[in-house]
Amino acid sequence: MQDMTDAFLELVRMTSTDLPPDVEDALKLARDRAQPGSAARGALDSILENVSLARQNSTPICQDTGTPLFYVHHPQGWSTRQLREQIRAAVAKATTLAFLRPNAVDTISGKNSGNNLGGEHYPSIHFSEHQMDGLVVDLMLKGGGCENVGAQYSLPHAGLGAGRDLKGVRAAALDTVFRAQGKGCAPGILGVAIGGDRGSSYAASKEALLRKLDDSNPDPTLDDLENTLVEEANQLNIGPMGFGGEATVLGVKIKGLHRLPASYFVSVSYMCWAYRRRRMIVDDGRTRYE
Amino acid sequence: MRKLSIPISDDQIRELNMGDPVLLSGVMLTGRDTVHKWMIETFIEESRQPVDDDKKVYEAIRPILDGGAIYHCGPVVAGLDTGDYRFVAAGPTTSIREEPYQGDVMRHFNLKAVIGKGGMADKTLAACQEVPAVYLHAIGGAASLIAQSVRKVRGVRKLDFGVPEAMWEIEVVDFPAVVTMDSHGKSLHAEIEAQSRAVLESLLA
Repeated sequence: MQDMTDAFLELVRMTSTDLPPDVEDALKLARDRAQPGSAARGALDSILENVSLARQNSTPICQDTGTPLFYVHHPQGWSTRQLREQIRAAVAKATTLAFLRPNAVDTISGKNSGNNLGGEHYPSIHFSEHQMDGLVVDLMLKGGGCENVGAQYSLPHAGLGAGRDLKGVRAAALDTVFRAQGKGCAPGILGVAIGGDRGSSYAASKEALLRKLDDSNPDPTLDDLENTLVEEANQLNIGPMGFGGEATVLGVKIKGLHRLPASYFVSVSYMCWAYRRRRMIVDDGRTRYE
Repeated sequence: MRKLSIPISDDQIRELNMGDPVLLSGVMLTGRDTVHKWMIETFIEESRQPVDDDKKVYEAIRPILDGGAIYHCGPVVAGLDTGDYRFVAAGPTTSIREEPYQGDVMRHFNLKAVIGKGGMADKTLAACQEVPAVYLHAIGGAASLIAQSVRKVRGVRKLDFGVPEAMWEIEVVDFPAVVTMDSHGKSLHAEIEAQSRAVLESLLA
């Protein structure tokens, strides 16, 4: 197997410094719709200026370069051990080059490892085998501020009057946006998983975020719910940074999982406006990035 | 746009109102979770004995914080190997985590400005009225943009806390922020929360 450490390094650099076009377009639309002279408009102007500057200077969009979450899809017979080693080497190198902040802290000792490597769970790498010939790797960098405002609900939920149905899911998602206020760096994007166990549900809520902002859910019921939630979350008028204004949520992505009869979890991963995700495709020895 | 220079006087603080955009210049410190816990336990509640360079650091930071500002920020720093430090990305981190500590830290050090994002709650708002002081909201995630206003990194203390958690002494020029909590008891965050709560309740009714 070829050494792809430098290709992974480029994936990390690009993800940290170059916001994907669908996210930037959504931010521009939000800026154009914000009232001229408002605090919301000013915040979105600064955000967009920062996005351009980071791209131009190849510096991190946000200083919290987040948890690196790799989703690796590889053909049959590839060594996941080697892929893991190369990804870890790339992450360490990206840290010395200041594309990533040293973010891995040993929770027991309090010591920062200094290179973004820590135990088997940091960085987070998910492997799955696919039927294609090439390699496809998605990278998401998820900051701590937005991760902290994510939430999981076990329905029924008396406080919200939320039962075990999509109306209950709606209440849980809106409650998450309300509780987050501006603390998760609004306007945010919600990844919502319905069902599963506590662990699989949270994991799926992050996978839901891998979808493009402007796509549709193939399930028309969930697609409806996604659109309704964007509209209703924006009625909360929390606005960019919590300054007030319409742009509270840029998108909602929902995924359904099977569940035990006894459990009904709604898990919401809140992604900040600085939604850093990029894809690397290696095919026929050629590497390209999306 | 109002320009402010550190040290900031009480009169200047009282002239500031919720919603005012400001450009801040001068020398300030970064400090976030580990720093606030360390300050409270070692020097304010004194539940922990000072060790290593704790006392020396305390004496060194007191004059910087007196009339000054603390910035909730864990920067990306270049030049870690040479000591010729430069901030590459330096936006604010979420401030609410310091809510249990912030008010007492402000009173102890006579802090005039707390800079961060997401706003803070009642204890900090009360301290803003007493000290007096303001909470300045910087644009979350605008890290490359804000790093440009950091003209010089003068040094670092408690680097053993880790790069994001250390106290970086920085010189800023025209650092952009908005007053979202003033010394008159007004908080934009409390207002937005109350308004959005009413909307949520009507949506879920």
